[in-house]
Amino acid sequence: MATHPGGLTKAPPAVRTRRLVRRFGERTVLKDIDLDLAQGEFTALLGRSGSGKSTLLRAVARLDHGVEGTGELVVPERVSLSFQDSRLLPWLRVLDNVVLGLRGPGTRERGLTALEEVGLAGRDRSWPHELSGGEQQRAALARALVHDPELLLADEPFGALDALTRIKMHGLLRELYERHRPAVLLVTHDVDEAVELADRVLVLEDGLISLDMPIDLPTPRSRRDPRFQEYRDALLTALGVTTPSAAPHDSPKEKPHVPNV
Amino acid sequence: MTEALTPARTSRGLDVADAPRTARVTKPFTPPEAGGTLPPGTGGGTGRRAGKGGDGRGRRLGPGRPVPFGRLLGPALLLAAWWAASSAGVLDPRILSHPWSVVSTAVELVADGRLQGNVLISLQRAGLGLLFGVVAGVALAVVAGLSRTGEYLVDGPLQIKRAIPSLAMLPLLILWLGIGEDMKVTVIALGVAVNMYINTYASLTGIDSRHVELAEVLRLSRWRFVRKVVIPGSLPGFFVGLRLGVTSSWLGLIVVEQINATSGIGYMMFQAQQYAQSDVIVVGLVAYGVFGFASDALVRAIERRALSWRRTLAG
Ligand SMILES: Nc1ncnc2c1ncn2[C@@H]1O[C@H](COP(=O)(O)OP(=O)(O)OP(=O)(O)O)[C@@H](O)[C@H]1O
Ligand SMILES: [Mg+2]
Repeated sequence: MATHPGGLTKAPPAVRTRRLVRRFGERTVLKDIDLDLAQGEFTALLGRSGSGKSTLLRAVARLDHGVEGTGELVVPERVSLSFQDSRLLPWLRVLDNVVLGLRGPGTRERGLTALEEVGLAGRDRSWPHELSGGEQQRAALARALVHDPELLLADEPFGALDALTRIKMHGLLRELYERHRPAVLLVTHDVDEAVELADRVLVLEDGLISLDMPIDLPTPRSRRDPRFQEYRDALLTALGVTTPSAAPHDSPKEKPHVPNV
Repeated sequence: MTEALTPARTSRGLDVADAPRTARVTKPFTPPEAGGTLPPGTGGGTGRRAGKGGDGRGRRLGPGRPVPFGRLLGPALLLAAWWAASSAGVLDPRILSHPWSVVSTAVELVADGRLQGNVLISLQRAGLGLLFGVVAGVALAVVAGLSRTGEYLVDGPLQIKRAIPSLAMLPLLILWLGIGEDMKVTVIALGVAVNMYINTYASLTGIDSRHVELAEVLRLSRWRFVRKVVIPGSLPGFFVGLRLGVTSSWLGLIVVEQINATSGIGYMMFQAQQYAQSDVIVVGLVAYGVFGFASDALVRAIERRALSWRRTLAG
């Protein structure tokens, strides 16, 4: 398994934007975003609140009709976007929500398989309000994956979850990613989440991608791994948070160095 | 385990919010009830509130569980009071007949076929008016809700029409359509259509933009979007409109049947007035009441089935 396509890629990219610009009135939220995502690459997007992460995601999903681009925006055919809220339609049962965008024969079966994959087998006849928050998130994930996307855009999919459910969902997402291999762009506030899940982490700041860091760790990643801590500290520094106090289990061996920024 | 539960955050605010949760997880075997430090009303203290709140599971603010046919209680009490007052002689029969004489009059009217004939005619008028009104109102609401051009063309006139009671248009409608069935059905349909339009349109434009965005992400076709998002999303308003529309159809019916009618419940009552037959008038009123009540109950029942996905105060 070639897990780290990193910055250099041979295959044509799944996503390619050049000089993407988005203005809201006077404010320029995205300035000249140049972004390349390789096929099957798992990328996390970090940034402060209001830095334009959702705006970038909406632009890549072609939901935003107000983006200007002096350059190009190349996106694969099958794109799935999962929103920060689970956004299930309350008047459709869970299965009908999952297969909402599907058509043709075998729709039901595909929906049931997707529900099974996220651990919701047998809940297909439930109403969304009968599911717990985490189950709703998983149903939303099933809805995104049922299209077998080449690109999965996920806007803080675990934002509203408690710490324990989050950990379970991380495992699930990584597992589903290994199985389906879409390119993933995951927006998150959580540095640990980014280092744990992604092959590459981007930081968005002042409308530009200020940091592009490949994460070179074997995949079942432990947060106790000192190298994990190094990546984490480097990212926190890039985000403007002073680090050493934030890390309680600091390995005393050496000063953390910033890996190939 | 504990380490995994304290993720470092980019924002300091989140760190603070997480601290108590972590603390609780590390010592999970002290049930909060045992401490006795909880403020009253958080659960636990069953004995203290058993007398007042029943099972003491905490005060519920909703109205409680529904009882089958409970809705009939009010009308039944009203009927009992009327019966009692008439039997006791408090109620002069010239003002309001005894329920029993109303019943026997009704039996007579049924025997000579007058009641059924008039009721059927009235039902037909109300039904046709309701049908045309609902179709027109919903169609206009969909047109106005889904396209800007539709909104600009349709909404203004209907808001103006809303301000003019259908009955105020009666003279004009009589001029245009005569005094026949066309005019009667049109008057009823106009009232219904406005109610349907106002409520369906409001509900339709109130559909969450996030649901619309979802439909765009999933690349739903226009038709599928209407079927899966627009129609279910505007159903609550549709039913509010339908209930108001049903009421307004009876209202319109009563009015048009008092004007130059030669059949129908209203005509029957009008005739009775000429001969001072208060029992026949009451039979007519009861007929209106029964149909009004029954039709509203029917709409409610349909609404409950169609909106079973909703969790509301009424339950
Ligand atoms: N429709 C809009 N109209 C005006 N300004 C907008 C609009 N959408 C976003 N913005 C602005 O663009 C900036 C970036 O918004 P965006 O939602 O992309 O932030 P974000 O990085 O996703 O933040 P968060 O982490 O809090 O979700 C914000 O300052 C926001 O006020
Ligand atoms: Mg956002």
